Formats: sequence, structure tokens, C-alpha cells
Amino acid sequence: MEQTVLEVKNLTVSFHTEKGVILPVNGVTLTVPAGKIVGVVGESGCGKSMTARAIMGLVKYPGKVTGGKIFLCGKEITQLPEKERRRLRGSEISMIFQEPMTSLNPVVKVGKQVDEAVRLHTPCTRAEAKQKTLNMFREVEIPEPEARYNCYPHQLSGGLRQRVMIAMAMICRPRLLIADEPTTALDVTVEAQILKLLEKLRDAGTSVLLISHNLGVIARTCDEVSVMYAGRIVEHGETAALFEKPLHPYTRGLLRSVASLRAGGETLQTIPGVVPNLLHLPKGCSFSLRCEKCGADCEEKVPELRQIAPGHFARCFLAEKEGKE
Amino acid sequence: MKHTLLQRLIQAVIVLTGVALLTFVMLRIVPGNPIETMMGEHANVETIQRMTAEMGLDQPLHVQFFKYVASAFRGDFGTSYSLGKPVKQLLNSAFANTLTLALFAALFAWIVGIGCGIFSALRKNHLSDRLFMGFSLLGISLPVFMAAMLLQYVFAFRLHWVPISGVDSWKGFILPAIALGWNSAGQVAQMTRTSLLETMQEEYIDTARAKGRGPAGVVVLHALRNAMLPVMTMMTIQLSGLLSGAVITETVFSINGVGRLMVQAISGRDIPLLQGTSLLATAVVIIGSLLADCLYAVLDPRIRKEG
Amino acid sequence: MPRDKREQMKKVADIRLESQIGEEERFWDLMRRMARENKTALLSFAVIVLMTLAAVFAPLLTPYTEKQMDLMNRLAAPSAKHLLGTDEGGRDVLTRLLFGTRVSLLIGVVPALLSLLLGAVLGVLAGYKGGLTDAVIMRIADVTLAFPSMLLAMVIMYSLGGGIMNVFLTLTLVNWANVARVVRAHTLRLKNSEFAEAARAIGVPGRKIMQRHILPNCLPSLLVLFTLNIPASILTESSLSFLGLGIQPPNASWGLMINTGRQYLYNAPWLCFVPGAAIMLIVLAFNFLGNGLLDVLDPRQKKQ
Repeated sequence: MEQTVLEVKNLTVSFHTEKGVILPVNGVTLTVPAGKIVGVVGESGCGKSMTARAIMGLVKYPGKVTGGKIFLCGKEITQLPEKERRRLRGSEISMIFQEPMTSLNPVVKVGKQVDEAVRLHTPCTRAEAKQKTLNMFREVEIPEPEARYNCYPHQLSGGLRQRVMIAMAMICRPRLLIADEPTTALDVTVEAQILKLLEKLRDAGTSVLLISHNLGVIARTCDEVSVMYAGRIVEHGETAALFEKPLHPYTRGLLRSVASLRAGGETLQTIPGVVPNLLHLPKGCSFSLRCEKCGADCEEKVPELRQIAPGHFARCFLAEKEGKE
Repeated sequence: MKHTLLQRLIQAVIVLTGVALLTFVMLRIVPGNPIETMMGEHANVETIQRMTAEMGLDQPLHVQFFKYVASAFRGDFGTSYSLGKPVKQLLNSAFANTLTLALFAALFAWIVGIGCGIFSALRKNHLSDRLFMGFSLLGISLPVFMAAMLLQYVFAFRLHWVPISGVDSWKGFILPAIALGWNSAGQVAQMTRTSLLETMQEEYIDTARAKGRGPAGVVVLHALRNAMLPVMTMMTIQLSGLLSGAVITETVFSINGVGRLMVQAISGRDIPLLQGTSLLATAVVIIGSLLADCLYAVLDPRIRKEG
Repeated sequence: MPRDKREQMKKVADIRLESQIGEEERFWDLMRRMARENKTALLSFAVIVLMTLAAVFAPLLTPYTEKQMDLMNRLAAPSAKHLLGTDEGGRDVLTRLLFGTRVSLLIGVVPALLSLLLGAVLGVLAGYKGGLTDAVIMRIADVTLAFPSMLLAMVIMYSLGGGIMNVFLTLTLVNWANVARVVRAHTLRLKNSEFAEAARAIGVPGRKIMQRHILPNCLPSLLVLFTLNIPASILTESSLSFLGLGIQPPNASWGLMINTGRQYLYNAPWLCFVPGAAIMLIVLAFNFLGNGLLDVLDPRQKKQ
């Protein structure tokens, strides 16, 4: 059954600052098919977290979603009244955050925090909610769920806290789970466990939008990847294809900075320059300032996201040319 | 936690003993024999000597101190020179008034302060926020005696809504409580606003919203409990300020309370009364801060387990 | 915004040290930055300067003298002749207010300085010597802080008797403990720093290390404490005077003016409310300035 769980079209988020309007998310288009893990990768500040927040409907003031459409299982949701949006959050789409330390309320028992999510969306008694929570704890492989139920967040390890967060997010069986850097704050071994858990959830039928700056995490887990740069998607493709044959110079740069580590002897390569200030984006391609092969076109016009190979898209004039040759 | 509490308890005893010593020493270095001062110029030498012996003022200082501490523990501070009644009895009747006054004042300060603080935080930078915060600034900078006299002038003298002084009915408590709580209300409001605004930036607030909680639920169930923790600590410090302010409020509104007794003790050069009142006041402050520590531990599980 | 006392003291305790200031900006750069970014603090500073000038040049600013009675004109309401009315002796309230500024400013500044001195010496001793010295000094500080400040001031005033010198002394004894705590915290941080170790290694005596290295390093915090202690002293004194326990006539502080004016609250309310407003203004100004300094000296606040 081929079905799209999430479809984001031309999503734009703008921020009014004292110095002018910036667009941390600038016309992002994304699709998450059913039963897949889709990754969004990019440096910090490229707008990937803001995209996630926009999908959730949790963009904070002074940010605002100013354009684009979001379809959840074919239904447009940006125009829904806030009350309807809220009903979707936690039941149809849920989200886990980067810092499991700070994303749980420090003064409430973790079990109660998960119960809350149940009781918000399904009418049930306290006992039923607790039973559901305990079952979910078992599902996300929290050892001794009864004892953990009564713990406060500070009494749990980082990995356990993230499992609690996942339990909380999954308890209403949402169609889509957005995981924003879910393993960044964790040890490598714990990271592997959490990623495995995400795969297990996918196999059980939940689609996942995984946001990370870590290419390793993306390569290991995702079925499809979108690369984001300065508020735009610059490349999209199936994970294997994208890592095999990156089309956008930015993606290549990212991969090189990791590959050199793998190869050992080579010197560590980095992308020259810094992430551009969103207030002063270059006129043409936003990567033009840092691109080795930047041509005249690149400085003048913003390239479109075009299909170069089947299922493989890139936002680059050079890639278009190379593709035609 | 038990360990911490015990530590605090020992600390409290040390501080209380220190306070006793301090009042004792301070009052003995007063120039002149207090009995002479009290009886005036007309008293004859014999009477003065008899009185001095009666009050034990001719004994060596360390004996006096020991006796003083021992009887203070039993709540016995001797007889007031100036009012001629046992200090214990005077304190008993005055303490009820002061406690009522302080409780009403605290209630006013917390309800108004927390209310305004929450409201301001939720409407940050709106007109109402600025209004409330300007008002609370006024509360913080207005000295207690000014607040008391202003209220008295406007509501009792001009508008006749409440009696000018005395606490014969509950109405008498309204103005003094507001005057006394005014200052704290301003501080609580500012603190609540800052704290709530900070808490609303925390990630668990996002988590709560991501679960599908509405704005009211997020504030009440998740933000407030965390935001109130620093406000709570501040309230304990305010207890001490409330007692300081009570001296003035009770004087302005002629309320028979501990503060007024203290002023009476000073103007009458009444050592037993002064010792009684100051020890009682400090004890209240110390016990109050102990209680607040316990409350804080109940509200914040991180502290509960660490101790 | 004025802050809660304990939070304020916590912040003072991790203010930049003198030696840290030089690294990025010099002290005067910081002050200039505060003037540029914090208009409230700048305005407060202007108010304080104006009030000081008014106090110094009081005799030149008014045609009346402080004690000049005019019994035909008792309790006159504010008018063109007497801008803020007259008091029960027919004296011009504005004149008394201007002269009162002298006393009130003195009452703010002198005890603040004295408590700074006392607190700094005791604090650095407690922190540097540690052990019994530390325990004794800090327990005394605890006792002082546990006492409601007003009651402590009353007890001390009672023992010492009235008069301006005793007011100074009392306010010093009420305010030193906070200073000592802050300085002790700094000393503990500095005691084991490299330069102190180095000084000890070449045989510099402890007294010299405290004098030359530790105390100068606390100057920024002391400046903030000084600014914040002034309004505290003025408030406590006005409360004491209000109860008739502070300054004695014929000296006129604002608190005393309110105390005498109280009897006429109902027929001449300006006698209370005018000096009251003056107290409010100066207390606010010093608090804003103090908080401004606190913010600009806070090491966590990054330069924009």
C-alpha cells in the first residue's frame, strides 16, 4: 500500500527581528511515505528544527508560518483552528526532542507525564491510563517499568529519559513521529539502542521524520534523506543513492568532512566559510559563497529543486548540467 | 533530606541562641541603670536597690544570661517594667494580632502578587503587563509607612470605608494588611513574572504542547509548579520583612501587636519586654524559613532525594 | 527592575573580578556601555547627581532658611510663595526638603561606606583564614541576617541612643553581613588561584596577599553593594525616624519630616507625602543604578 503520511509543500516560516525579516524555513517541500524513516540533515541553524516545529504547529513567537501547506494523510492542517491542531498533536503527530534532560518536567513523575498524554486524547480512567503507560514502557524496553513509573526525570539516565519521551510520543499510536536530534545528547552505545527502537517503531507502522546533523545516524537509519541548507532543501534522494552519488556540492562537502575521518590518513576536510547570516543571504544560490565551483549563474539566480536522476533531486545549476551530459 | 533538615534545625538553634546573646549584650551595655530610668528621678535609693535585686540585675552577667536563656526557653521573660504585666501574657495577646495581620498581609501579597505576575507574564509587553509592572514597581519602592498613611488618608479619612485605626472588627485589618503586604506583593509579582517567563522557555513546555495540552493546561499544570519554586524561596525572606513592616503598620493603625509592644518597650526602656518581643520575632522568622524549606522539598523532588 | 534581595546577592557574588574586567573592556568602557544600553540606569544616575547638587547648593536654591519660622503662615497649602506649602512652624517645606537631602544622602552614603569597610575586612579574613575565624565571623553574620533588619536596628538604636552618629553605626551593623558574605565567596575563589599561589610561593605574607590581590579584585562587587546599600540605609533610617528612633531634631532627615508631619496628616497631607515621594524617588534611582551595574558587570552577559 503506497500512501503518503506527511506532505509538506512550500512551507515558509518567517521571523520578524529588529534588523529585518528572516526566513529560517524558506519554501521547504517534504514527503514522508507510510512506514518509512525520512531524514533531514544539515548544520545547526539551517532550519531543520524550525521545520519540525512548523509541522507540529509549535512555532514560537515572533516566528510565524507564513506560507505553504501541510497535508497529514491527505488532509490539509495549516488552516485548521488551533483547537483541531491541538487534537492532532500527541495523537496523530508527536515529537521528541534533543535534550531528554530538559524535555521532561522535573517536578512530575515520568509515569504521570506519559499518562497525561493518554488521558488528553482517549477517555479512560487513571488505572487504565497507567496500564497503557506500563505496556508502552515495556514496548520501548524500559526495564522494571513499575519502578520507573514512579521516578522523577532526574533519577533516570539519559537513555531511559529518551525512552520515556518516546513512550510518551508513541502512546496514542500516531501516524508520524518527529524526532528532533533524538540521540545528540546521548552516548554512542545508547544512541544505537535508541535508533534501533525507532526502526522497530517504523516496522510497527509509524512513519518517522528524523532530524539530525549527524550523517552517521542518518545513513544508518533513514530510507530517504533531505539535505537542508539556509532554510531550503538542497538535495533529496534515497539514502543509498544520495550517499553514493551526492549531487549538491554542499552534500559532498558534508560527506567529505566525515569520510576523511573514516579514511584515517587523510587530512580532515571542512567546508570553507561559515553558514550565511539569514539576514544577508547571497542574491543567488545560498551556497554560492562557499562553493568551490560557483559560476556566474549561481551568484545571480536561485536554482530550483530539480529531479536529476529518478527519485534524486538537487537544487544546483551545476548538477543540472552534469545530469544532462 | 532528613540529614539536611537536621542540619537546618541545628543551625536554627545556634542562630536563635546567638540572637538571645545579642539582645542580652546589647541591652546590658545601655548606659545607666534601667530601673533608675524607669522609676524616674523621684525614686529613692532603697526602692531602686530592692527593684534591682528583685529583677536579678545585681548578679554577675553570666549568671544573668544563663537565667535569661533558661527562662526564655520556658517562654518566661519576666515582668514588663513599663506595663507591669508578665511579658508572656502581653506577648500572648499581641501575637495573635500580629499573626493575623501578617497572615492577611501575606495572603494579599501572594494572591495579588502571583495573580498579577502570571497575568503579566502571559500578556508580556501588552499594555496590561506594563501597567501591572509599573504598579508593582510602585509597590516595591513605596516605604511601608508611606503606603500605610496613604491608605489611611484615602480610604479611612476621605472615603470612610473602613475605620481609621484599631482592629475591633475584621474591617480594621483590611488597610493594615494591604499596607503591610503592598511591598511584598510588588516583589512577588515581579518575581513570578520573571520566573514564569523563564519557565515558559523550557523544553518540557514544548513537550507538554506537543502532547496536545492547551495553553491554559500548559501554564497551570507544567509551568506554574516549576515557576513557583524561586518565588517560594523569596516568600521566606519576606516573612522577615513582614515582621519589620508590622512594627510600622501597627504603629500607624494603632494595633496592639508585637511590633507595637516593641516600640513601647523601647520608649519605656523596658528590657524584659524588648527581649521577649525580639526573641519571639526572630523565632518566628527562623521557624518560618524552616517550614519553607520543608515545603520547597515537597515541591521540588530534586532536592528531596539529594539531601 | 528591582530584584529580590537574595537573588541580588547571589548575582553580586559572581560578578566579574577587577582583574577580569581589564581583559575585554576597561571599567570606564563598561560604564559607557551601561549608559548607552540602559537608559533607566542613566536617568537614575542623573537623578542622583541632581539630588546631590541640590543638597550641596541648598542655601542658594531657596529664599528661605531651614529654620525660619513664620507663625502667621502655619500649615499653608502649596502656593506660588511656598511651592510645597509650609509646616506646623510656618517653615517652607521645599527648603526643609532640600536641606533634608543633605542628611538623607549622608545617611545613605556613610553607613554604606562603613559597612563596606567592615564587611570587606571580615569577609576576606573569614575566607582567607578559614577554620575557627571563618566559623565565628559567618555565624555572627547569620545571626545578623536572621534578625528582621528593622528590629535589629531598633534594638541597636535603643542601646546606643539617638543621634546621627549612632544612626550611622546602627545602619553599618545592620548592613555589613551581606557584604561579608559576598567578599568571603570571592576570597574563597581567589585564595587558590594561580597568582595567589605564586605570591605565597615567593613568601608574600597573607596580609599582603589579601590587601594587594584579593581586596582590589572585589572592587566591582563592592561598587554594586555600595550602590544597593545606600537605598537600604535610607529606607531603614526613614522607618526608624518615623518611629522617632532615628535622627533627632533639629537635624531634619526626610524620615523625621514625615514623623512630625504625621500629626497633621488630615489637614496638611503634603507634610508627609512630599518627603515620602522624595524617599521613593531616591530609593528607586539607587536601585535602578545598582541593578544596571549588576547587569553590566555580570560575566555571563555577553557583549553584543
